[in-house]
Amino acid sequence: MGSITLNNVSKVFGAHTVIPSIDLNIEEGEFVVFVGPSGCGKSTLLRLIAGLEDVSGGKIVIDGKDATELAPAKRRLSMVFQSYALYPHMSVRSNIAFPLKMAGEDASVIDKKVADAARVLNLTDYLDRKPRQLSGGQRQRVAIGRAIVRQPVAFLFDEPLSNLDAALRVNMRLEISQLHQQLKTTMVYVTHDQVEAMTMADKIVVLNRGNVEQVGSPLDLYHHPDNLFVAGFIGSPKMNIITGDIAKGYGAHTIGVRPEHLDLSTSAGAWRGTVGVAEHLGSDTFLHVAVDKVGTMTARVGGDFPVRHGDQVYLSPQEGRVHRFDETGLAIR
Amino acid sequence: MATLHTRSAARAMMAPSVLLLLAWMIVPLAMTIYFSFLRYNLLMPGMEEWAGFSNYRYFLTDPAFFQALFNTLAIVVGVLLITVIGGIALAILLDQPMFGQGIVRILVIAPFLIMPTVAALVWKNMFMNPVNGLFAHLAKAVGLQPYDFLNNAPLMSIIVIVAWQWLPFATLILLTALQSLDEEQKEAAQMDGAGAWSRFIYLTLPHLSRAITVVILIQTIFLLSVFAEILVTTNGGPGTQSTNLTFLVYAQALLQFDVGGASAGGIIAVILANIVAFFLMRMIGKTLEA
Repeated sequence: MGSITLNNVSKVFGAHTVIPSIDLNIEEGEFVVFVGPSGCGKSTLLRLIAGLEDVSGGKIVIDGKDATELAPAKRRLSMVFQSYALYPHMSVRSNIAFPLKMAGEDASVIDKKVADAARVLNLTDYLDRKPRQLSGGQRQRVAIGRAIVRQPVAFLFDEPLSNLDAALRVNMRLEISQLHQQLKTTMVYVTHDQVEAMTMADKIVVLNRGNVEQVGSPLDLYHHPDNLFVAGFIGSPKMNIITGDIAKGYGAHTIGVRPEHLDLSTSAGAWRGTVGVAEHLGSDTFLHVAVDKVGTMTARVGGDFPVRHGDQVYLSPQEGRVHRFDETGLAIR
Repeated sequence: MATLHTRSAARAMMAPSVLLLLAWMIVPLAMTIYFSFLRYNLLMPGMEEWAGFSNYRYFLTDPAFFQALFNTLAIVVGVLLITVIGGIALAILLDQPMFGQGIVRILVIAPFLIMPTVAALVWKNMFMNPVNGLFAHLAKAVGLQPYDFLNNAPLMSIIVIVAWQWLPFATLILLTALQSLDEEQKEAAQMDGAGAWSRFIYLTLPHLSRAITVVILIQTIFLLSVFAEILVTTNGGPGTQSTNLTFLVYAQALLQFDVGGASAGGIIAVILANIVAFFLMRMIGKTLEA
């Protein structure tokens, strides 16, 4: 139980095609992240799975049953919204209990399940408060609580962390990952933040303009990007893209080198450049280097690297860490 | 207005308008109270004399008074029921995407822009008239006896006319409130398995509670003093069947020329309005807080 399969699913809004055609398999118990730039159709795809939008073509199979025409409530999925979408006039308790109440469960069963969910999410002390009396992170947990009490076949998360501040986001990321390990339920998570995708996912689906660019495990995507788009999107700071004669030397139209795969030296190396900005973080040093005949490149060095604005440095790509791409942007392997 | 100086300056500048408004209110109120203790009849000018509480006694023991009191409350409650329930229904309908939405919305608002006397006359002559009215034609078309609304059910007819006028107001306020309902909340409820009726009960109605309160409070103020619709349709009759307090005061002063008695009635109406306002605020004023 808990697998989701998309067969040839497409979505058209008027004359505007958001999703041309997508085939996708989500295994039971997997944590799948849809990631892509804004407007790439990732939220639409999630809403199609949820049933909040009708598909224009194709088939959605949830838990072995064709759910293409099913109403959202009948698909046995739970969704956590970006704005949390809590019911403002209800207490936390009633919010969490709402799906159970709608399902017509007994009051005693509801009380027990709500108490269980509240314990898992550390909400026990807040059950009688209204949503507006809670902090952002607490609201987020209430929304998750409302999702887990139904014991759905899968959870859908629509950019759930984008309204939180940076520190809280890291925390909630961890909590959601822990929750997934506890519940072992399928989770589908939409985000535009590749760090969230890399840290949480079992499987990442990279979307661009409604098309799946690549599907794979986070490290698979990091080490073996199928094309330039995935190469540029996954990894932070972004991969350095080089075209022209240097790329031809590697037998490719374009090559890409990640900042962390560049060796730095102040005396000798493959490419010479001038340091533009040096960001000293203590643990790492990020250098923005204006390389002759190439342009600005970013390099990352572990620890401290004592250079400053205007210094000369040499960059050399590490052996076997250069990604090669052809004219159409596809990887050459 | 932080310092003592600016505060006293502000007070000095506000003083003229406050005094003017105070005089505007106090003078008529004081004169009404004064007249209500006089034996003051327009047919006997110059014969005014102190009457004590007898004006109040006559007004309160008038059989028409209790009828008028009941009618006043019936109009308020009846119109509120129709406009709030009808307003919610219309607002939900108008909130649906449909062809010609803008024009339909303007048409719905139209009755509010028609002055009460005109609206009442239109209803009286074009709809409810037992000979020429539309309802009479409809009744005859299906072989029924035309019904003389204004004579046989005068209070009901007045309630319908006034409700027709206030329905747009309620619809408008409730529609704007409805449009501010978060779309994601509706979707969340949908995912939670709430059907259309449950979504209405658990989501829409609580969201509308504040707007409903505003509608009830504002309409009550105006509905306590309905007058024009009664004057041009039933003239308070037959008998006193459609007389409310406002109309009774008018009849006392300008049909029976008893200014003293009418003044006493006016003061009683003021007191009653305050009692209604007090209970209203206690019952539903809480929704406006927070």
